[in-house]
Amino acid sequence: MDIFIQQVVNGLVLGCIYALIALGYTMVYGILGIINFAHGEVLMVGALTALSAILGLQYLFPGMPQWLMLVVATLIAMPVCAFLSYGIERIAYRPLRNAPRLAPLITAIGISIILQTLAMIIWSRNPLIFPTLLPSSPIDIFSTGAVITGKEIVIIVLSFVVMVGLLLLVNRTKLGRAMRATAESPRIASLMGVNPNAVISATFMIGAALAAVAGIMMATNYGNAHFYMGFIPGLKAFTAAVLGGIGNLAGAMIGGILLGLIESLGAGYIGDFTNDIFGSNYQDVFAFIVLIVVLVFRPSGIMGERVADRA
Amino acid sequence: MFNNTLNSPAKKVLAIAGFIALALLAPFIAQTFGGNYWVRILDFALLYIMLALGLNIVVGFAGLLDLGYIAFYAVGAYLMALLSSPQLTSQFADLAQLFPAGIHLGFWWVLFIAGPIAALFGVLLGAPTLKLRGDYLAIVTLGFGEIIRIFLNNLDRPVNITNGPKGINAIDPVVFFGIDLSKAQELFGIKLSPGLMYYYLIMVLVIAVVFISLRLQHSRIGRAWVAIREDETAAKAMGINTRNVKLLAFAMGATFGGISGVVFGAFQAFVSPESFVLWESIYVLAIVVLGGMGHIPGVILGGILLVGFQEVLRELAEPAQKMLFGHVYIDAEVLRQLLFGLALVVVMLYRPSGIWPAPKREDRPVVRTRSHSSRLEGGM
Amino acid sequence: MPPASPHPLLNVQHINKRFGGVQALDDVGLEITAGQIYGLIGPNGAGKTTFFNVITGLYTPDSGTFMLDGQTYQPTAVHEVAKAGIARTFQNIRLFGEMTALENVMVGRHVRTKAGVFAAVFRPASARHEEAAIEDMAHDLLEYVGIGQYAHYTARNLSYGHQRRLEIARALATEPKLLALDEPAAGMNATEKVELRALLDKIRRDGRTILLIEHDVKLVMGLCDQMTVLDYGKVIAQGLPQDVQKNPAVIEAYLGTPAH
Repeated sequence: MDIFIQQVVNGLVLGCIYALIALGYTMVYGILGIINFAHGEVLMVGALTALSAILGLQYLFPGMPQWLMLVVATLIAMPVCAFLSYGIERIAYRPLRNAPRLAPLITAIGISIILQTLAMIIWSRNPLIFPTLLPSSPIDIFSTGAVITGKEIVIIVLSFVVMVGLLLLVNRTKLGRAMRATAESPRIASLMGVNPNAVISATFMIGAALAAVAGIMMATNYGNAHFYMGFIPGLKAFTAAVLGGIGNLAGAMIGGILLGLIESLGAGYIGDFTNDIFGSNYQDVFAFIVLIVVLVFRPSGIMGERVADRA
Repeated sequence: MFNNTLNSPAKKVLAIAGFIALALLAPFIAQTFGGNYWVRILDFALLYIMLALGLNIVVGFAGLLDLGYIAFYAVGAYLMALLSSPQLTSQFADLAQLFPAGIHLGFWWVLFIAGPIAALFGVLLGAPTLKLRGDYLAIVTLGFGEIIRIFLNNLDRPVNITNGPKGINAIDPVVFFGIDLSKAQELFGIKLSPGLMYYYLIMVLVIAVVFISLRLQHSRIGRAWVAIREDETAAKAMGINTRNVKLLAFAMGATFGGISGVVFGAFQAFVSPESFVLWESIYVLAIVVLGGMGHIPGVILGGILLVGFQEVLRELAEPAQKMLFGHVYIDAEVLRQLLFGLALVVVMLYRPSGIWPAPKREDRPVVRTRSHSSRLEGGM
Repeated sequence: MPPASPHPLLNVQHINKRFGGVQALDDVGLEITAGQIYGLIGPNGAGKTTFFNVITGLYTPDSGTFMLDGQTYQPTAVHEVAKAGIARTFQNIRLFGEMTALENVMVGRHVRTKAGVFAAVFRPASARHEEAAIEDMAHDLLEYVGIGQYAHYTARNLSYGHQRRLEIARALATEPKLLALDEPAAGMNATEKVELRALLDKIRRDGRTILLIEHDVKLVMGLCDQMTVLDYGKVIAQGLPQDVQKNPAVIEAYLGTPAH
């Protein structure tokens, strides 16, 4: 029983990160109907950019409080990722809007590879240490036996703040209305005066900013960052988006947290269930199995999908 | 009648003959000018071409975007590894007792059973994907590919079947009528290195695969695949059992992948999960897509170009940088990947049907000489 | 195929289909006699194409009985419907664009032929004969519908009118008992409609049964032996064209209630 709470806590942290990444996938799929394969790489760039920013700040302003360094680094990484994602959309997706489905997928894979290799060149092929700027000493959770660290609390709280912020943006602002309209039908939205290209760009940029935050959270949580850190989490986050209902924001959030919990509890208990034939080293497989099961048995996800009518 | 002289039958025959001659002589040329290293490059090029031809059936003919194709390569390779090496007998005492001389089924027998086994995997992995649309199909197949790799990587505990990340070595080589292809032979005074002999073996298989692909392409099944690719609903409405026909595409593609894997296992004498990572699936897909989807000569060209370019880059990247900049800024390996990614983007943007796509048919009116009278009136 | 002796070919009754809050088909039924041209008309949105989609298996009905040529058929597996003998065309033409006209029609032969992988690769005599027969019949069908010389044209390059004929030829290739045409005259000019009418007449003369959705009332009245009129998913009239034409409910559906 004691590992249950711990795994739930771990799963919640993981899930929040997945949720933030999943939002990017789901928003893009809702509007364009394509999987932004390169999204995982955006989070990687966010983490590495923040790393460089932190190193720079540590050098230039050694007296700055650590948490402030993290905040500043995040505020630097977010626009960088936003512009990167904007560029990806303009270069790799926009010209292929009317091409068969295969084409944007291939360019996305190409961009993914390019970003990974550029990261290898600019930063390093090896994992780099990401400084722990948030309290990471374990805090006992009442008397459950489970522990949580300060940084994990920050991750969870910040994720919820961001998610609420996004929901407010989408439901209460003019841009949000434009996004929802474009997601339903770009053609009709444009007839109402919405510029679909601008909305699409905004969607990519917002998703990228979220991914940057997620990447920094990941790096903070695990203590390192490297060029390959975005790929598998990206895939898993996409699974989460599908699980919750692709195109559905609330679905992405729920799907993300749910997937984190499934993965964490699965990894924790699989050994017991299978008499140690399968251990936690099969953790990655869970997300894939969830993906396959969802797509085969309930492709519209938990909360139902919302994809544009592109007639 | 033939506007484009390049397409005149005489020139076509000449081109094909020239290509065949080059293909037959290539290993000798490589051996003379480059040595064994370059002969082995040719061998791997042929293996990739065979893989790409298999994937071409799934992606090119039937339009099913498979991003996990390398899993079938792995199935074939590990079949060879498990059935023709000391691995199983060294891990399981019962088996060692049953087979005191070891399990050495041999290349030819493994090849024989690998086809159907791989086909079965093709059906198993394809079945859940039948109702999925393009992107989802890609991701799910990717997932399957990764699942298989993870299993191969971890099936060394609690019982050691695959030896995990360490891989399986000492795989038996191909023995052809008593001749061990992994040992250099001499024929009429010409030295035949293992790489050279394997080249011709693989080439024979590639030719078989090309033959089968061509036959399939111009057949009832081939038409059904293209119909599904073009408009699945209309295909169903015309009576095509799309589920079975799609599974057939997966099965055929998997069969070729599996056979390639068996050869790979015997050739390299060593297999490990490292050879079956997602990157490899993407690489084979790139050969198909960049070469010319659905177009067999294009796929072959794609294979030659991609592997060739990769090797040339490997040789030249660092010396060139040293010469130009005095310093190696980018590793050859990293540069190769970077350019590969760029190639994917650029080709999709500017030449989406590939470097050598199926030639556009010119619309020409029919001149039929057959008489066809009474069958038409009075219904059919 | 000699003209069939009149017997019920298609008998579908009590078909219901609901989409969310909309009852698209409400207890719809009709019976088509072999050798007829049967018309299905009604205002836009009446449910005609929904009906087509239900009887050909693209939509799953909520209820209904389905009999073709005296035998019950399961309208849920689309390809089984074609095998049983209903072939259709689509309102928005759905050809295999990249294939030639000939290849499109050859695909239509798929359901009546059987060459598999083995036959494709080894080409035994039986398979070669089958291929030759497929190609011959495809050529014949293209000529039958009047586009014989376009056999080697890529389908997407054909003119609109020719594409419609090609779709008909492809459907005929499945040797259907019932040929179901969804607005085959849509987008055609007067001359093309005259030619289409001649073609449909010819098909009927040659013993085939046709179910026709059409908006062109004149075309339909002159061509059809019997009709059903749908409005808001319900059958509002059934019978001979001249009777249906005079039916007040039909007039109201199309023209609205007359001002008093």
